[in-house]
Amino acid sequence: MPISVRLDKEKCKGCTRCVKQCPTEAIRVRFGLAKILEDRCIDCAQCVRVCPQHAKRAVADSLDDIKKFRHTIVLPAPSLYGQFNALDDVNIVLQALLDLGFDEVFEVAAAAELLSDLTLRELDESSFEKPVISSACPAVVRLISQRFPNLIPHISEHIAPVELAAKLARERARAATGLDDRDIGVFFISPCPAKVTEAHYPLGLKEPVIDGALSMAEVYKLLLPLMKRVKNPPKLRTAGFTGVGWASAGGEARPLRKYNVISCDGLENVIRLLDAIEDKFLPDVDYLELLACEPGCVGGCLTAVNPFAARARIMRLSGAADIKLKPLDIDDVYKVWRGERIRHTPTTILDEDFRKAIEKLKRIEDLNESLPGLDCGSCGSPGCHALAQDVVMGYAEETDCIFNARAQMEDGGDGQHYLPPPFRRR
Amino acid sequence: MEPFKLEFAIDGEDFHSAGEASSETKKALKKLGIPADTIRRVSICMYEGEMNMVLHANGGAVTVEVGEDAIAIALADSGPGIPDIGAALSEGFSTATNEIRELGFGAGMGLPNMKKYCDEMDIQTELGVGTTVTMKINL
Repeated sequence: MPISVRLDKEKCKGCTRCVKQCPTEAIRVRFGLAKILEDRCIDCAQCVRVCPQHAKRAVADSLDDIKKFRHTIVLPAPSLYGQFNALDDVNIVLQALLDLGFDEVFEVAAAAELLSDLTLRELDESSFEKPVISSACPAVVRLISQRFPNLIPHISEHIAPVELAAKLARERARAATGLDDRDIGVFFISPCPAKVTEAHYPLGLKEPVIDGALSMAEVYKLLLPLMKRVKNPPKLRTAGFTGVGWASAGGEARPLRKYNVISCDGLENVIRLLDAIEDKFLPDVDYLELLACEPGCVGGCLTAVNPFAARARIMRLSGAADIKLKPLDIDDVYKVWRGERIRHTPTTILDEDFRKAIEKLKRIEDLNESLPGLDCGSCGSPGCHALAQDVVMGYAEETDCIFNARAQMEDGGDGQHYLPPPFRRR
Repeated sequence: MEPFKLEFAIDGEDFHSAGEASSETKKALKKLGIPADTIRRVSICMYEGEMNMVLHANGGAVTVEVGEDAIAIALADSGPGIPDIGAALSEGFSTATNEIRELGFGAGMGLPNMKKYCDEMDIQTELGVGTTVTMKINL
């Protein structure tokens, strides 16, 4: 699976901070560089956040790509509205987006609102196997597809708000302009790399519905001067309170609050919760809003400002406009459904042959026992247990452990003084 | 082939650590490529057993053995013992205290669930000495 997080080899020092903090253990340091194992990476961007050298970065598409199309539509994520200080009128942002070169703007928040309505209706009819897991955060959906196969059927059949926005906007533009699909460019302003990847490789969709995903931080820089020039913007805003609220954790859950809805943000928290849900230890939950970033999409690493400041602005903005200006028509419910099943893509199976897998697991546990258990990361693996597994799978050697290597060099003598002081024993 | 063996000590004081054994076991079983539904059954059996040990017996020891044909789980405690196994196996029967019920446990589904999700179950119990529950889940 392609990913949207890259390593800047010039900047990477080969320290192990990202290795240890990666929630899916998808990074190893080899030859002084933090290499990402792409089949395990879910684009959560935790490594981007923690790298002291800023050597990990999220990539997105270029604004120049819009020139390839005759008619262009921009889809701002609701989190964009939280980026601007003292913004009272969202129409200023929307007009500035048009001034940036797009022909049309379609708010993702408007599509989110539709999904809120529909989800509420479906929960009323209890037509799902509960608990229903939101499909809005692609990093979470990818995590489930790798690690929680039992929960795949619980993932909402709905496409993500941005995908619905893309479909509706394209359809409308097609009718209005008479252009072919290939002449209409639909561009998303993304708060995170997971949604950039999702734009091009959507899980559970037959084909992409978005032509490009731009970095919110990049667009932010371009919008600031344009916004200053906007005077008396037209009423472009179509989304109200419910839709804009999706930008931060709890916003998707809010309209469903007559049900037992859990809102959980931060990937570590999400993993712990999914572990419990997978075994039905939380039997009375109806719906789960799960977001990889804290506190929700405003915390994505392609955003420009402090996530908590952005959340406060979102709350203020959505509070000021608790009206739906132009509710969208939802006769065409079929547009909301995902076309394909999300497949289980296990990343952890040791061997296809069960007997061999058991033998490998035994060797891993034995080797783990012989390792110091400090999880120091000097070997380049996330911890001792991960090193044990890497050794057995042939990706590392026992002497990659500095303590093992030292023990071999000692040749029977007392080598305590070779060890760094924290690791010496009396 | 020697089975793969996991051992855990269950702390009787800590609700949050109950479930750690089942969670660790789940991780190992996923690495072996065991079907998701089987893993879920093992997990439920273990978690219910762990909770029982925390709620009633002040902890104990859990052993899991993964063999070629089956997964064997043994939960041993030195708690008060079960006076009436038949009653304990019937749904809704519970000796949990009000305090425990207030925590959301003690619905009387522990042993019945374990029996439901495993293929074989055996309970050895002696009042004042302890209880050992062994379960088998076929592969």
